[in-house]
Amino acid sequence: MADVALQPDRVGATQTPRKRSSLQKALKRKSTAAFLMTLPLIILITLLVLYPAFYSLHLATLNKSMQRFVGLGNFEFLFKRDTFWLVVKQSCIFAITAVVFKALIGFIVAHFVHNIPAKGQRKWRGMLLVPWVIPPAMSTLAWLWLFDPSYSAFNYTLSFFGIGPIPWTGDATWARFSVILVNVWYGAPFFMIMYLASLKSVPDQLYEAAAIDGANWWQRIWYVTLPMMRNIIAITTLFSLIVTFANFDIVRILTAGGPLDHTHIFATWAFRIGIEGSDIPLGASVSLFMVPILAVAAIFILRDVNKRGNES
Amino acid sequence: MSTVAIDKAAPTRTVKYGSMSRDRTWALRWSYFFLTLFAIFSLLPPIYMLITSLKSSAEISAATNPWWVFHPTLDNYIGLLTSNQFLRFFWNSALVSIFVVTITMLISVPAAFALARMRFWGSATLATGVFLTYLIPDSLLFIPLFKVFALFGDWTGIQLINRWYVLLLIYPTLTVPFCTWIMIGYFASIPKELDEAAIIDGASWFQTLTRIFIPVALPGLIAATIFAFTVSWAQFLYPLVFTTSTDQLVLPVGIITTLIKGDVFNWGQIMTGALLGAAPPLIIYAFLMDYYIAGLTAGATKG
Repeated sequence: MADVALQPDRVGATQTPRKRSSLQKALKRKSTAAFLMTLPLIILITLLVLYPAFYSLHLATLNKSMQRFVGLGNFEFLFKRDTFWLVVKQSCIFAITAVVFKALIGFIVAHFVHNIPAKGQRKWRGMLLVPWVIPPAMSTLAWLWLFDPSYSAFNYTLSFFGIGPIPWTGDATWARFSVILVNVWYGAPFFMIMYLASLKSVPDQLYEAAAIDGANWWQRIWYVTLPMMRNIIAITTLFSLIVTFANFDIVRILTAGGPLDHTHIFATWAFRIGIEGSDIPLGASVSLFMVPILAVAAIFILRDVNKRGNES
Repeated sequence: MSTVAIDKAAPTRTVKYGSMSRDRTWALRWSYFFLTLFAIFSLLPPIYMLITSLKSSAEISAATNPWWVFHPTLDNYIGLLTSNQFLRFFWNSALVSIFVVTITMLISVPAAFALARMRFWGSATLATGVFLTYLIPDSLLFIPLFKVFALFGDWTGIQLINRWYVLLLIYPTLTVPFCTWIMIGYFASIPKELDEAAIIDGASWFQTLTRIFIPVALPGLIAATIFAFTVSWAQFLYPLVFTTSTDQLVLPVGIITTLIKGDVFNWGQIMTGALLGAAPPLIIYAFLMDYYIAGLTAGATKG
């Protein structure tokens, strides 16, 4: 592009050859410097993200001892196993239910925080974000102890209301409920913070205009708040969908997939097969099933983030 | 404030405004009521950790009221803080986190600067690529990475599996993309006139970065540092896969694999360990909450 611009006034350019060449040199230096500055990043991503990602495609086509090429054999094997379909079903139930509840609770709590006088908001926000700050492995241990079969603090409390001991992690349905509950507890604060930031950016005039037009609270949310927050809701939900779908810590510590594989999701089952069962190719095949849904979510996030970037 | 004004108004007009302010008061009361409920729900597990950590094993197995400590004792804390094994976990975690934060900053700050300011061939694609890498979860990569490092050990004779320092290579894959991404946002929001002025004054690109960009984008830098620290402190899957010897474990994995012996759960110590493990991020959060939140919300936006 620089050449095209310079060619018409070649006469002028020849008069200052030194300046032009030094400019070119500087340009060259700048791009070289920029390349060098990004080089560690490029190496890191290539060697430790892209290479393993493609390597897992290769791994998935090998047999257990990793000496023979079996093509799609691992996938055929998985498709025939009931446990695999159970894991697919559970992953979807887990991710969708957890994300919906996280988004709902986050939305509601963000409104409550937004409602109270500004000087008290910091304190409440601070308390409500604590679940997101504690390392999930640590907080899940506390939940495991709250759900303990014989010393459960929840069952102790519920017994006063005449509600019998609940097998929090012992029964398939309850175990699924518990895993989702812990995930909602951990993830809802993130939604709350994102929604709160976005609520604060909605101009007050819009609400005033809506109030003058006689809108009730429901109409204000539906016609003012939601359209203004649409983008951030989409990004947060998709982002959380990825994180929840790929969750490992909570399920691993709380139930380790039990009872009878009824809470396994892709990540924990892949760990069970690939690392604990040392069938690395099969484990890699299991985790590859996460790719399609992650890819779809990623594409939509990217589109929304770019749109947001262009708006501002 | 509005209620005071309305009380002084003429009685004929109070009806409408009065009901509105009454609605407002009730909305406020309901807000506080539900916020209290949610705060209890949020703080329940950490508080329960604290309660249990103050109990002796005898009191826990006596199954008295779990929500109250009848004979508070610091035995669990003393036991853990004098156990070499636990201190080793803590030390490993601290070492890994500090190194990872340093590595992350050294990689992502120059890269973000180059991507935000020095347009070069493929820079836009690379920025998008960085964001996409951030969306790749650890549970997708742990199996191939494990195999890659095992093969690396076979080929070169350098054994990295089951050494804590292997985590220094792996954690940056989680922290660098996000930190680069939010730093790009912060750097891009700095007015161009500032670095143009520096260049005119004869500053090199490196000086522009260290004298202008880093000081101006310091809040973003702090947010990115906090993020890198909390991620490396909390990471559970990678150390679980890559380290097994007790002297190489980091805190989360150490607590789970050593304090749970078979079917015997020493809950007093487990809760104490969990609380001590949760303490560093909580302390940082308590002091730097605004930076923490800034980093959190910056992730989904450009700056």
